Amino acid sequence: MTASHATAAPRGRTGRRRGLAWLRGAAITVVTLIFALPVVWMFAAAFKTNAQVTDPRVGLWFSPTLENFRTIVEDGQILRSMGNSLLVGVVSTALSAVIAVPAAWAVGRFRMHRTGSLVLVARIVPAISLLVPWYYLFARIGLVGSYTVLILSQMFVSVPLITWIMISFFAGLPVELEEAGRTDGLSAFGAFWRITLPLAAPGTATASLLAFVFSWNNFMFALVFADDRTQTVPVALFNFISYASTDWGGLMAAATLITVPVVVAAVIGQKHLVAGLTSGASKG
Amino acid sequence: MSTTEVRATATVQDSARPPRGRAPRTVEQANRRLKWAMLTPALAFVGLMIVFPLAFTIDLSLTDAFGAVNAEKRHVGLRNFVDALSDVRRFWPAVKRTVVFTVGAVALEMVLGLALAMLMRKPFRGMRWVRTVLIIPLLTTPVAIGILWLLILDPTNGVANHLLASVGLPRMEFLGSVSQSLPTLMLIDVWQWTPMVTLLLLAGLTTLPEEPEEAALVDGANAWQRFRHVVLPMLGPTIGTALVLRAVDALKTFDILYATKGPGGGSDFETETLNVYAYGLTFDYQEYGLAAAVLVLFTLFIVGVVVTLRRRSGRKDAV
Repeated sequence: MTASHATAAPRGRTGRRRGLAWLRGAAITVVTLIFALPVVWMFAAAFKTNAQVTDPRVGLWFSPTLENFRTIVEDGQILRSMGNSLLVGVVSTALSAVIAVPAAWAVGRFRMHRTGSLVLVARIVPAISLLVPWYYLFARIGLVGSYTVLILSQMFVSVPLITWIMISFFAGLPVELEEAGRTDGLSAFGAFWRITLPLAAPGTATASLLAFVFSWNNFMFALVFADDRTQTVPVALFNFISYASTDWGGLMAAATLITVPVVVAAVIGQKHLVAGLTSGASKG
Repeated sequence: MSTTEVRATATVQDSARPPRGRAPRTVEQANRRLKWAMLTPALAFVGLMIVFPLAFTIDLSLTDAFGAVNAEKRHVGLRNFVDALSDVRRFWPAVKRTVVFTVGAVALEMVLGLALAMLMRKPFRGMRWVRTVLIIPLLTTPVAIGILWLLILDPTNGVANHLLASVGLPRMEFLGSVSQSLPTLMLIDVWQWTPMVTLLLLAGLTTLPEEPEEAALVDGANAWQRFRHVVLPMLGPTIGTALVLRAVDALKTFDILYATKGPGGGSDFETETLNVYAYGLTFDYQEYGLAAAVLVLFTLFIVGVVVTLRRRSGRKDAV
């Protein structure tokens, strides 16, 4: 709504419009609080004593304690699992990008939509129906509990995800640049490597960040394939519920530690992450 | 894979060696070789990790596999399917819960998500921060989300009951009761995934042309009429995409169910959906054959839902 409209309108309408704008602002604020407050509540609880956590009258104003975090650090399991998740996330994402980005380029550049829709199969199939055969196979060769299996199974999620995001990214890049490179004597691969790939760096970064977050969060694969030594954060957190169910403060501190990297990623990469999450949906 | 594709793959394997006098003559030829060289690793991975396991699952569903993974197994025909489909104690209730959970949660997510997208459509101050807040629920570890709601919804010490009591409403049991667990988890799902729908629809809204709406404004259409008869039809394909995406993921929900209610979905199986049921059969009871049959049925069910939704929303190119 432009300002000229508003000034041209009679006074009563301007007042109504201002009222509507105020109402809209209030509605957006309420909605934002609904989505933010539960997470804020969790962060706050991490800094409370157990007596304070279980007393709902203690709101967001209290004297914070680091006791819960000390418990977590001394216990060590959560920190160890964060190391495991970091390892699995980085390696699986890097390997996935290496095979998914070129494939996405081929699909996007040559409009091979039928081949591209194979990616959808991976989205539709319930992960458990793949877990059973993998478990069968990996249990026989004694790999269950190893990082190798955790990384391989995570790639089942990451390869389709990265391919999916990058297909629409490559489809949006002009073909002319590659063709100009070919005219200047680059090979087909050279044109991809020196021209297209650098242009695709922002898309690759977004897709990789999302793949890492999905790996960080993945519960089911780790529940099946990880052992005490290799367990990742969601499993460590899940086990924490069962052996420390009364230690709400400790639980919240653990959940907070695990959530902070995700929130940092969300704040830094907000714009790109939204573009990545919604890619493929916005082309009408 | 069609025969031409097979032939093309073979060409790639040849050209992986130095070309030795068979250098591609034309740009198209070079492109075609490169195209398949780039695709092969991903296709091989997908084949190895998805196609082969799916075939294995189908085979497993026809056997009496049980117990140790290297135990003998015999083919028993369709017995597992008969067992599953005649099981009114665990299988059919799980089907019902899966449907109730998905339909209820996704319907709410679509309506609320669309309302929020319309609310946030025009730029406003702080837009960046609101969008950041919106992506946090969908990026946060689902197990952590489960734990955080366990605390908030704790029947005796949770802040939710405190708030309900302070406005004079009766206390609730939430996840502590058999009857309230599934609705509570649906609301948690709505909290987590409505932002996803909103962000998808906002992205769709920015691509819409402005002229039809301006024309409707000139013709005297009010805000609701412009929304109902101009914006909504144009947004249709994006809404279809969001619906399919959410339906597929909601059908497969596992993490928050398992993290808050544990194996079997609680003492009375009150939140046991097909996914949780199949997981329990496999990894708690080692009933591999029966589990595989349940999974085959579950996969067919999801495929059916996707095909139906996509046909109805007239969308061919995206899930």
